[in-house]
Amino acid sequence: MKIHEYQAKALLARFGIPVPRGEVAFTPDEARAAAGRLGGRVVVKAQIHAGGRGKGGGVRVVAGPDEAAQAAGGMLGSLLVTPQTGPAGRTVGRLLIEEALDIASELYLGLLIDRESERLAVIASAAGGMEIEEVAVATPDRIHRQAVSGSGLQAFQARELAFRLGLTGSVALKAAGVMVAAERAFRDLDASLVEINPLVVTGDGAVQALDAKVTLDDSAYFRHAGHAELRDPAEEDPLEVEASQHGLNYIRLDGTIGCMVNGAGLAMATMDIIKLAGGEPANFLDVGGGASAGQIRQAFRMLLSDSRVKAVLINIFGGILRCDVLAEGVIAAVRELDVRLPVVVRLEGTNVEEGRAVLLGSGFDFTTAGTMDEAATHAVALAAG
Amino acid sequence: MAVLIDRHTRLLVQGLTGREGAFHARQAAAFGTTVVGGVTPGKGGTSHDGWPVFDTVGDAVRETGANASVIFVPPRAAGDAILEAADAGLALVVCITEGIPTLDMLHVVQQLDGGGTRLVGPNCPGVLTAGQAKAGIIPGHISREGRIGIISRSGTLTYEAMHQLTRLGLGQSTCIGIGGDPLIGTTFVDALGLFEADADTDAVVLIGEIGGSAEEEAAAFIRQRFSKPVVGFVAGLTAPPGRRMGHAGAIISGGRGAAADKMTALEGAGVRVVRSPADIGSAVAGIIRA
Repeated sequence: MKIHEYQAKALLARFGIPVPRGEVAFTPDEARAAAGRLGGRVVVKAQIHAGGRGKGGGVRVVAGPDEAAQAAGGMLGSLLVTPQTGPAGRTVGRLLIEEALDIASELYLGLLIDRESERLAVIASAAGGMEIEEVAVATPDRIHRQAVSGSGLQAFQARELAFRLGLTGSVALKAAGVMVAAERAFRDLDASLVEINPLVVTGDGAVQALDAKVTLDDSAYFRHAGHAELRDPAEEDPLEVEASQHGLNYIRLDGTIGCMVNGAGLAMATMDIIKLAGGEPANFLDVGGGASAGQIRQAFRMLLSDSRVKAVLINIFGGILRCDVLAEGVIAAVRELDVRLPVVVRLEGTNVEEGRAVLLGSGFDFTTAGTMDEAATHAVALAAG
Repeated sequence: MAVLIDRHTRLLVQGLTGREGAFHARQAAAFGTTVVGGVTPGKGGTSHDGWPVFDTVGDAVRETGANASVIFVPPRAAGDAILEAADAGLALVVCITEGIPTLDMLHVVQQLDGGGTRLVGPNCPGVLTAGQAKAGIIPGHISREGRIGIISRSGTLTYEAMHQLTRLGLGQSTCIGIGGDPLIGTTFVDALGLFEADADTDAVVLIGEIGGSAEEEAAAFIRQRFSKPVVGFVAGLTAPPGRRMGHAGAIISGGRGAAADKMTALEGAGVRVVRSPADIGSAVAGIIRA
């Protein structure tokens, strides 16, 4: 789960990482009041779950409370388009009002699980404030890595990293302290990403997290009672939220062919084969290995609520799940929800003959297909016609 | 002979008394697997479907001579279950559980590193050797004895591949679902190494998906150290970047892990990569019967 910058900073501050003074604001009046309490110049930062906000006009430095309120009025409720949001952008619903810092230099600090080495990796660079992927391509020698063993990041390892960034004296020690704290935060929070970009050195030699991104491991919620409160439903597709509540895995895409598949790999492969056949998938939808009648009904409900869907392709490999049971579930859902869209069904595996017989005997005009290729071709033709 | 499991496997089921564990223990036994018992902490001394239940894996190994285990315990306890099986000296541990916290798995893989236990999974359908034994949830009846090995990050695509091969009269040696999580035990490279040394496997089907670099590492291994023909498929050519496609490990992030790059890497290593998942079986037939 992604969380907002102000939430990430509050979490990191608990572990002793210095962050600028700031407050969250939901209205221009709250922004004005916050700026007044902070005093002096402040930064108004749009809070959305996507980076590149500065490039999209989502970060403004202002002189005081009135200007903060004015900037807030312009941003709240507006659509913010950044390189990471895609052309549709995101609606800004909340702001972080923060003291403006006197920045001397910008560093990068990132922590993630490195899948290749199967270690927690700390990544640091003196090229802060830029996308780290771009730094990796342009100047890979400016990226420094430290793999962390089971006992955690050691203070000496953090100091070595800080010195490799070219930091000296007390600034290096402060930066090393931030690294050790960030690693402890990563573990204690069950994070999958902690990124401080930039980590800034101020004119008076302080080290502060100017921006922060924390992603939490969805599988570890059971040991973090507080994580649920960090969720911002406005940042999520309501259909995707509804799907997860029914044990379905749904991701909305832009095409016209609604897909219903069992298994994540087969669901991705079904999207691919639709594209190969000249169509565009409307979604990724994994109904899981069991795919109960209730789940199939719910899956249909979601596909039907997307008005762009012109045809439905059901691709099920019955392993433990029997095809005849699945076919009965499909018919019940089509009848109950009065599905009028063309439906292409490709069943394979356990009891496939019985399953096809159930579909044929139902009286509904399903298009059945023997292979995935054939199913995709039918679905593309029906969606176009 | 095949790899990982065979008729000499004596399988323990961790989580035997749960719904999934009990169901798949019966399925495994029906397939011909020697299931020797189960472990459910707190239910030691009881029996389930005729199998003895033990409190600890250590007790079970001592009493039954088990040499492998399959894990069906909930995510919060699964990491610990893997470590318990390794501590009891089991050579093979197959973990089916989906949704284990990544940091738990980080701890597990570091603990297992260099030890004598091979882990398959987690978040996988398990392992099946046609005509001999299975550990996990792969449906037995779609398999057929033969000489093609399968290695896959996806469950249902494993079944698809098996089914396509079986329908074409091409049997399988061992089918290995390595799992869809970011951190797993047995990798493509590990499994390829097993098949390279297996006299009963003539060719391998490798099924990858977006996320990570396991396919690229497999390609490097195939180029240097793998002598048998490989047919490959990579799911997720149309997957949008930055979105997790069902599996925890299936995500394109920071411009890395895209399907097209993986296909290119595999093709560069001489793998016959198919664009359509429907063509896996016929591609194998084309190679074997050429």
